[in-house]
Amino acid sequence: MRKLKFCLGLAALVAAVPAFAQLRLTITSGVTDPIPIAVVPFARAVPADGGLDVAQVIQRDLESSGRFKGMARTDMVFTPTTAAEVDAAGWKQQRTDYVVVGRVSALADGQIRIDAELVNVLTGQRIFGPYFIVQPANLRNAAHRVADALYEKIIGVRGAFATRIAYVSVDGKPPTQRYELYVADSDGANRTRILASPLPIMSPAWSPDGEWLAYVSFERRVSAIFVQHRRSGKKTMVSARAGINGAPTYSPDGKKLALTLSGSNGNLDIYLLELASGQLTRLTDDPGIDTEAVFTPDGSGVYFTSDRSGNPQIYRLTIGSTERPKRVTFTGGYNARPRISPDGKQLALLTLDNGAYRIALQDLTNGTVTVLSKGRQEESPSFAPNGAMLIFAGRERGQGVLQTVSVDGQTSARLDADAGEVREPVWGPFLP
Amino acid sequence: MKNLALISVLLASFTLIGGCKSKPPEAPPAPAPASTADTSGVDNAGATAGDTDATMGPSGELLSKRVVYFDFDRADIRADSQTVVAAHAAYLSKNPGQKVRLEGHADERGSREYNIGLGERRGQAVRRALALSGVTEAQLSTVSYGEERPAAAGSDEQAYALNRRVEIVYLK
Repeated sequence: MRKLKFCLGLAALVAAVPAFAQLRLTITSGVTDPIPIAVVPFARAVPADGGLDVAQVIQRDLESSGRFKGMARTDMVFTPTTAAEVDAAGWKQQRTDYVVVGRVSALADGQIRIDAELVNVLTGQRIFGPYFIVQPANLRNAAHRVADALYEKIIGVRGAFATRIAYVSVDGKPPTQRYELYVADSDGANRTRILASPLPIMSPAWSPDGEWLAYVSFERRVSAIFVQHRRSGKKTMVSARAGINGAPTYSPDGKKLALTLSGSNGNLDIYLLELASGQLTRLTDDPGIDTEAVFTPDGSGVYFTSDRSGNPQIYRLTIGSTERPKRVTFTGGYNARPRISPDGKQLALLTLDNGAYRIALQDLTNGTVTVLSKGRQEESPSFAPNGAMLIFAGRERGQGVLQTVSVDGQTSARLDADAGEVREPVWGPFLP
Repeated sequence: MKNLALISVLLASFTLIGGCKSKPPEAPPAPAPASTADTSGVDNAGATAGDTDATMGPSGELLSKRVVYFDFDRADIRADSQTVVAAHAAYLSKNPGQKVRLEGHADERGSREYNIGLGERRGQAVRRALALSGVTEAQLSTVSYGEERPAAAGSDEQAYALNRRVEIVYLK
């Protein structure tokens, strides 16, 4: 068996520096009856909290889900910081269902403690009191974790605010463009650059533990697949074969990549690459374009795009089986870039809908297809790890922007870049 | 009705551009030139995207044309590009030491990795045309950039038409 040559890229000591520029989140539509909630400014710990407005982070998270409507601070008559100080009758008059209060405090060992309390205004009861102890640098993440806990307590589904997204940013006019790969918090804050190149970067994919990113880079003028350790910046080229090296995605156990290779004759097929040994296994053998493979949650098979029937459609194959791949999509003349929901029941894909490229969900049990987005040219859907939202790339005034939509289609939001265009968002896993 | 027309164009084009039977991928290519990307978080000052420039290669009315354009979702060489491809074929046949890289591109519509496949089909179409005219395989290589390196900005048919292309790049 041929052993794959692992070439160490330019491993730098400092892998990534935070950029000052951020993505800006705007909620574009929400549910018709969002739950009213008042997130009262938390007691501060100056200067240890670095000036972070924890309550604002929590409120924006909850609102971005579309399920909540936060009370404006100017409407708050009271500003309690403990549940005991909450005058439920007074808040009830202000027509809010819940009040969140809390405190940020500096501990003797240099860490920061964040306490939150949730009060049900209708009963007057304190129903929940999560707290987190973190290093000062992780205070924003702790605020997202508070939002996750509150969301789960009220909605009954685990929140995915304390997660990250990866995306590609492109600046400059053709033919001279600059490509960058970023990781940011799910709300677009805390942006960190992973890679920069004068040649295209595409198809980022998270490892299941969130420690690694696989991506395609043309830095050698031809395509190659790299895996890069997010914190250290250590970068390893795992596939640079003749022809196309594309569309990497991790297996659920993190040990393999599904990828697309063409060989020098230009025929794209799906392969499996075992990362430790470099062993390559062919999964498809068809003269059409086979690409964009994604593993099922149990790792037993992959969904992928193929135009073997004449136009791109989604197929499914079982790894190790000699059965022919089964076609999954039958609605419309263009279905591509499948992504599977964490519970394995829904397929998100790019579909040609009334002449526009839009994001759709296909129910895998009954085949029902629901178009979720409304733009003309959208692409790259990716599920949040709780399966409640999708992030995808859309366009706004001719520039690429990131958008989110809830799987019921009711809530959507937009993440605008301050410069250039952003695309190919991929939602990372839950953090430990 | 527009959709019907679009779908029929799609269907027609895909039946026209079926590929040939594939074989397993080959060994990794020769060691790479120095990487131009960086993970240091610092700007890659001075790095350029090209290892060639427009002055490379032969001159002449036809030979100075280095771009072959394609119709929407098509990979067949249009009649208006046949003479350009033929001129390059003749030149390369006479100069067997000269190598070219065929860079295939797609317009921005649709899925990015699928468009990498479409760009490759176009590159392979030009490769086959050159090979049929006597250019040796050793002189030819392909790369597909899909929709990642547009020649023209914009989301209109004019830009799309300029972006669906194969660039014939003469190598040093």
